[in-house]
Amino acid sequence: MSLGRHLLGLEGVAAEDISLILDTASSLKEINARPIKKVPTLRGKTVVHFFVEPSTRTRTSFELASKRLSADTVSLSASTSSLTKGETLIDTAKNLEAMGPDLIVIRHSMSGAPHLLAQHIEPSIINAGDGTHEHPTQALLDMLTMRDHFGRLEGLNVSIIGDIAHSRVARSNLIGLNAMGAKVRVCGPRTLLPPFAASLGAEVCDNLDQAIEDADVIMMLRVQKERLDDVLFPSLREYAQRFGLGLRHMRKAKPGAIVMHPGPINRGVEMNPEVADGPWSVILDQVANGVAVRMALLYLLIGAEAK
Amino acid sequence: MSEPNQPPRLLLKGGRVLCPATGRDETADLLLAEGRVAAIGPDLTDPAAQVLACAGKLVTPGLIDLHVHLREPGQEYKEDIASGTAAAAAGGFSAVCAMPNTSPVNDCRAVTEYILGRAREAGSCRVYPVGAISKGLQGELLSEMAELKDAGCVAVSDDGRPMPDSRLLRRAMEYAAGFALPVICHSEDLRLSAGGVMHEGPTATRLGLKGIPAQAEVIAVERDLNLAGLTGARVHIAHVSCAGSVEAVRRAKERGWAVSCETAPHYFSLVDADVGNYDTHRKMNPPLRSPDDRRAVLAGLAEGVIDAVATDHAPHSSLEKLVEFDIAAFGVTGLETSLALVLGLVRQGVLDLGQAIARLTSGPAACLGLPGGRLLVGGPADVTVIDPNLAWSVDPERMRSKSRNTPFAGWELIGRAILTICGGRITHRLTEA
Repeated sequence: MSLGRHLLGLEGVAAEDISLILDTASSLKEINARPIKKVPTLRGKTVVHFFVEPSTRTRTSFELASKRLSADTVSLSASTSSLTKGETLIDTAKNLEAMGPDLIVIRHSMSGAPHLLAQHIEPSIINAGDGTHEHPTQALLDMLTMRDHFGRLEGLNVSIIGDIAHSRVARSNLIGLNAMGAKVRVCGPRTLLPPFAASLGAEVCDNLDQAIEDADVIMMLRVQKERLDDVLFPSLREYAQRFGLGLRHMRKAKPGAIVMHPGPINRGVEMNPEVADGPWSVILDQVANGVAVRMALLYLLIGAEAK
Repeated sequence: MSEPNQPPRLLLKGGRVLCPATGRDETADLLLAEGRVAAIGPDLTDPAAQVLACAGKLVTPGLIDLHVHLREPGQEYKEDIASGTAAAAAGGFSAVCAMPNTSPVNDCRAVTEYILGRAREAGSCRVYPVGAISKGLQGELLSEMAELKDAGCVAVSDDGRPMPDSRLLRRAMEYAAGFALPVICHSEDLRLSAGGVMHEGPTATRLGLKGIPAQAEVIAVERDLNLAGLTGARVHIAHVSCAGSVEAVRRAKERGWAVSCETAPHYFSLVDADVGNYDTHRKMNPPLRSPDDRRAVLAGLAEGVIDAVATDHAPHSSLEKLVEFDIAAFGVTGLETSLALVLGLVRQGVLDLGQAIARLTSGPAACLGLPGGRLLVGGPADVTVIDPNLAWSVDPERMRSKSRNTPFAGWELIGRAILTICGGRITHRLTEA
């Protein structure tokens, strides 16, 4: 395996490593279905969940993953760390390091924060989302969900709709899916598309109907109301009309297409409730796969050498 | 004999004397006495002089840097006048212009006189203070420019705090023109660049960082140049980083407006992709641009549209740099690497040697009407002796600056100042090589 000590992003991670992570996750899924959902794999290892930016879903998922592998876990949030007292990120991290954790999971509102930690402290780092950069574990669980459904990633047409510019989920999916041979299209108002989107390996599409034509996977992203304050689009009403996914779209969608969403959903904005709860939806499979993918990463980064 | 505080008599023997302003390029001796150039010619002798062998070396006018942040008063933990001018001397500079964004801001006689006093006491080169255009750099009220000039300021600038109000900048230019004070513009449309931390390009997209489009600079450069045309003021555009700005300055010069501009070594040595994985030592404002922009800057230097290379030496401590990229301070040091990077352009065939030295001497002097920048008998004894073939590697720990935020750490460079003389006194002599 060429996967390093850290998972800072999917950039630079080889296809074979992505496959290894997904294969490992698949084999670990069975643990999550047992009556006693715990194995001793990471007994004696310490995992710190350092969430400088608030998160519920990702944090819960990581905590369950660590606990099911029997790691000892500590959780810190911005409000419980000394960052609120003016301590620098590196100082906080060095203090954590001094307590001897094996791995630190970090979520941070600024792009590149996990890279900064990896340069200055020893433990393995997993990026649980940094600013508008990457969210590799989300992309991995998304890819696992797609692979579960279609049996492959290569050749799939994946359309990502919404606020691509500010989405670390979109970036990581673009990188990972391109590496795995899928074709990715992005769609949204141009103000929510990143400059130089093509450099990320994305085909850019202005129109939702066109974007989902032939798509095997329709991935809807959350539109944050804060973007309205930045005048990136005129109103949620117009957004919902032009870029919200409704039943009429699903009637025209490719048979067998699935709908994904990293959550939390703005029902009625980017997605109608009938779509979110419809037969196309694999949104809850994504959440379940999240635990398995994170278990796989913890095992591969700090558990494999103990075997 | 001379008084104890008189500079020594120095005889620089056998160097290649290269002075673009006077067109001199010959092997000759240079005699310096009483702070002035006493003689230039072959086979000079002076029994009282200390002889300095310069064979195989370049003897040029003392280098001038139009754009330096000495940080004193107010941020002495980053740099002070003693350390900043020592770094300048080590880089071959005998004069630097000190930007006004100190604390307090250099917007009144007292601060200007403080800077000049500290430079006299502790400085290793001439310090030409630049005063603020607006009081406190607040962009609301004009500073007392005439008094700033009387106190010793050579120009006014809003560096670091570009003026959003076009009307006020127009007034500033008109007013400054009446006192023959050049206006140095940090040209940036703050609304367009808001929140940006690096050049808007594929690298910013890859890193998930908010970009600053080149147009945020170009639009403001066009505005500032047009105000120069409107007011007749002498306007100098600071730190030109992109193709659009070079083109704008070219057209303004063709129109006959009294404008000039500078670029910095990082803009012709690096591009946005060199930010790599969030290297805060490559974060500055304006940001490192695209390869096309870099090529345009090189062409502008060769053509002379860009008059000067200035470093925008902006020392910051680890407090400002060893942090998340988004919140890291803009700015890099430059005084100790500039000369070698400019000489590198000669080896790359971009500039001839005369052009390279001109961009560091006569070019900057002409931008602001500074004394120096040329070797003339009777003129100030500001001289730099350069070993153009000396190979060295950039080690931040061995720099004179208090700060370590160079974007060129570890680079192998060729060419270095081995002797810097300011007012006839040796301010730097390379001993380590």
